[in-house]
Amino acid sequence: MTVIDSDIALRSVRGRSLWEDARRRMLRNRAAMLSLIVLSVIALMAIFAPLLSAYDYDAQDYNVVSCAPDWWPGSDVVCRAGGTHWFGTDALGRDLFVRVLYGARISLAVGLVATLVSLIIGVTYGAVAGYVGGWVDAIMMRFVDVLYSLPYIFFVIILMVVFRRNFILLFVAIGAVEWLTMARIVRGQTLSIKQKEFIEAARASGVGTFAMVARHMVPNVLGPVVIYVTLSIPAVILAESFLSFLGLGIQEPLTSWGVLISEGKDQMDSAPWLLAFPATFMAVTLFCFNFIGDGLRDAFDPKDR
Amino acid sequence: MLSYAARRFLGAIPTLFVIITLAFFMMRAAPGGPFDAERSLPPDIKRNVEATYNLDKPLYQQYVLYLERLAHFDLGPSFKTKDFTVTQMIADGLPVSARLGFAAIFIAIAFGISLGTVSALNQNRWGDYSVMTLAMIGITIPTFVTAPILTLLFGVYGIHLFGVDIRLPVGGWNDGAVRNMILPVAVLALPQIAVISRLVRGSMVEVLNSHYVRTARAKGLPNRLVVTRHALRAGLLPLVSYLGPAIAYMLTGSLVVEQVFQLPGIGRYFVQGALNRDYTLVMGVVIFYASFVILLNLLADILYAVLDPRVRYRA
Repeated sequence: MTVIDSDIALRSVRGRSLWEDARRRMLRNRAAMLSLIVLSVIALMAIFAPLLSAYDYDAQDYNVVSCAPDWWPGSDVVCRAGGTHWFGTDALGRDLFVRVLYGARISLAVGLVATLVSLIIGVTYGAVAGYVGGWVDAIMMRFVDVLYSLPYIFFVIILMVVFRRNFILLFVAIGAVEWLTMARIVRGQTLSIKQKEFIEAARASGVGTFAMVARHMVPNVLGPVVIYVTLSIPAVILAESFLSFLGLGIQEPLTSWGVLISEGKDQMDSAPWLLAFPATFMAVTLFCFNFIGDGLRDAFDPKDR
Repeated sequence: MLSYAARRFLGAIPTLFVIITLAFFMMRAAPGGPFDAERSLPPDIKRNVEATYNLDKPLYQQYVLYLERLAHFDLGPSFKTKDFTVTQMIADGLPVSARLGFAAIFIAIAFGISLGTVSALNQNRWGDYSVMTLAMIGITIPTFVTAPILTLLFGVYGIHLFGVDIRLPVGGWNDGAVRNMILPVAVLALPQIAVISRLVRGSMVEVLNSHYVRTARAKGLPNRLVVTRHALRAGLLPLVSYLGPAIAYMLTGSLVVEQVFQLPGIGRYFVQGALNRDYTLVMGVVIFYASFVILLNLLADILYAVLDPRVRYRA
C-alpha cells in the first residue's frame, strides 16, 4: 500500500456536498432552467428598458391614442402614423412596450427589495430564537404567532392610506409582513440542526461559536431559505400589483404591472392589448419564479417530490 | 378536548386586543380626518360634528371609549354613511360576501379534491402533469387578471356554445341572481381549486405509498374501496387545516372580486372605508375579519383532532 494508492481511494469516495448535489439536480431540471433563462431575459429587458425603445415611458403623443400594434389581428386603428409601437399605445398615447418594461422594473424591484427586507429581519429573528432557545424563543415565537393572525392585506392597505402611497414605504410594508414565515422557517431549521451529530462533533473538536454559526449552521439553514425566497418574490410582486390595482400602490406616471393591468381592464373591450401584454408579462414572470422555487425544492430535498 | 378549546379561546383574546390596538392607532395616524371633505364645514359645525363622534377628545380617551363600546359588541356609527352603524353595514354586506364565498368554496372543494385525487392516482403520468400544470396556472394568475379576462370572454363578447348564446352580466348584484353570481364565483373559486388540488395530490401521494394502503391492496380490496375508504380519509386531513383560514377569507369577501364586479359586499366597504377615513368602518371590518379567522382556525384544529385519532391535544 503506497501513499498514492490510498490517495486515489480517498478521492474516489470523496462525498459531494449538499450544494454540489443540489446544483447538479437543479441543472437537470428542464422546467426550472428554462424559467431561469426566461426570467433573466425579462430582467435584462427591464434593466435596459431605456435603450430598447425610442419612446419615453411618460411621453404622450395625442396622434396615436389607444391604437393597436400593427400586427394585432382585426384592428383598424393602428399606430403607423406615430412610428412603430410594438405593443400599441394607451389612452394617453404612451408607448405600451416601454411602459410594460418600466412596470417590470418596479414590480421586480418591489419583489427583490421587499424580499430582502423580509430576509434580513426573518433570518436574524429566526436564528436568534432558534439558537438561544428556552423562554426567549417561546416569547419571540408567540409574538410571531400573534402577528400571523393579523389580516395582513388589510394592514398593508391601512399603511398605504396612512402614509400617502409612499413608494419606499410600499417596499417596507410588504417586506415587514413577509418576514414572519421566514422567521418560522429559519427557527425550525436552526432548532433541528442544533441537535444533529455533526454539530456535536464540531463542538467536540473545539470549533468556536462564530465558526460554528458561519460554517455549520448557516450553510445548512440556507437551502430552505433560498427556496422560500424564490417563492416569496412572486408573492410580493402579486401583493404590490394587487395594491396598485386597487389604486393604493404605485402612482402615475410611474407604473407597475398592477397599474397597467388595472388601466387595461377599464378599456379591455375597445383595446384588449392594454390588458393582454402586462398580464402576460406578469403571469410568465410569476410562473418562472414558481418553477424555479419548485426546482430548488426538489434539488435540495429530492425525497419530497 | 374541551379544556384545549377553552384555552385556545382565551389565547385568542390578547391576539384580538393587539389587532384592535394596532388598527386603531394606525388609522388615527393617517393625515386627514373623516370630516375634512372637499367642501370644508364652518368651524362651529365641524366642532359639533366632531364632538358627536368624540373626535374632540384626546386620542387615548377615544381609544378607551372605543374599547368600552366594543365590549358591548357595538362597533359604533359609520363616520361617512350617515344614519348607519358599522354593525348594520357589515350585516348588509355579509350575506352578499357569504353567498359568493360559500358557492366558491363548495365548488373549489368538489373540484379540488377530485382533481387532486385523479392526479395522485396517475402520479407522473400525463393526467398528473396536465392537472398540475393547470393548478400552477391557477395559482400564478391572480384574480385581478382572471376577473377581467373572464368578463371579456363571457360578458362582453359572449360565447356561442351548442347553439346557445351565453352572455353573462359583467357586474352588479341584482339581488343575488344566479346569472350575476357565475363570473365572480368562478373567479373566486379558480385559485382555490388550484391550491386544494395541489394539496390533496401531495398528501394522497404520500398516503398511497403508506403501509396500510399496501396492506389494503394486499388483502385484495378493489381499487375503488382502497381509495375511498382508506386513502382519502387520511389524505384529506391536511385540507382541514387549510380550509379554516381559506373559508374565512372567502366568506368575508375578496377585495378584488367585489371591486371588479361591483358587488355590495364587505370587501368593497373596507376599501372605500380606508380611502374615506371612515375609521369605525375600517376597524369594524378588520375586527370582524380577524375574529372570524381566529374562530375558524380554532374550529379547524378541533375538527382535525376529531378526525385524526393520532392527534391528541393536551390541556
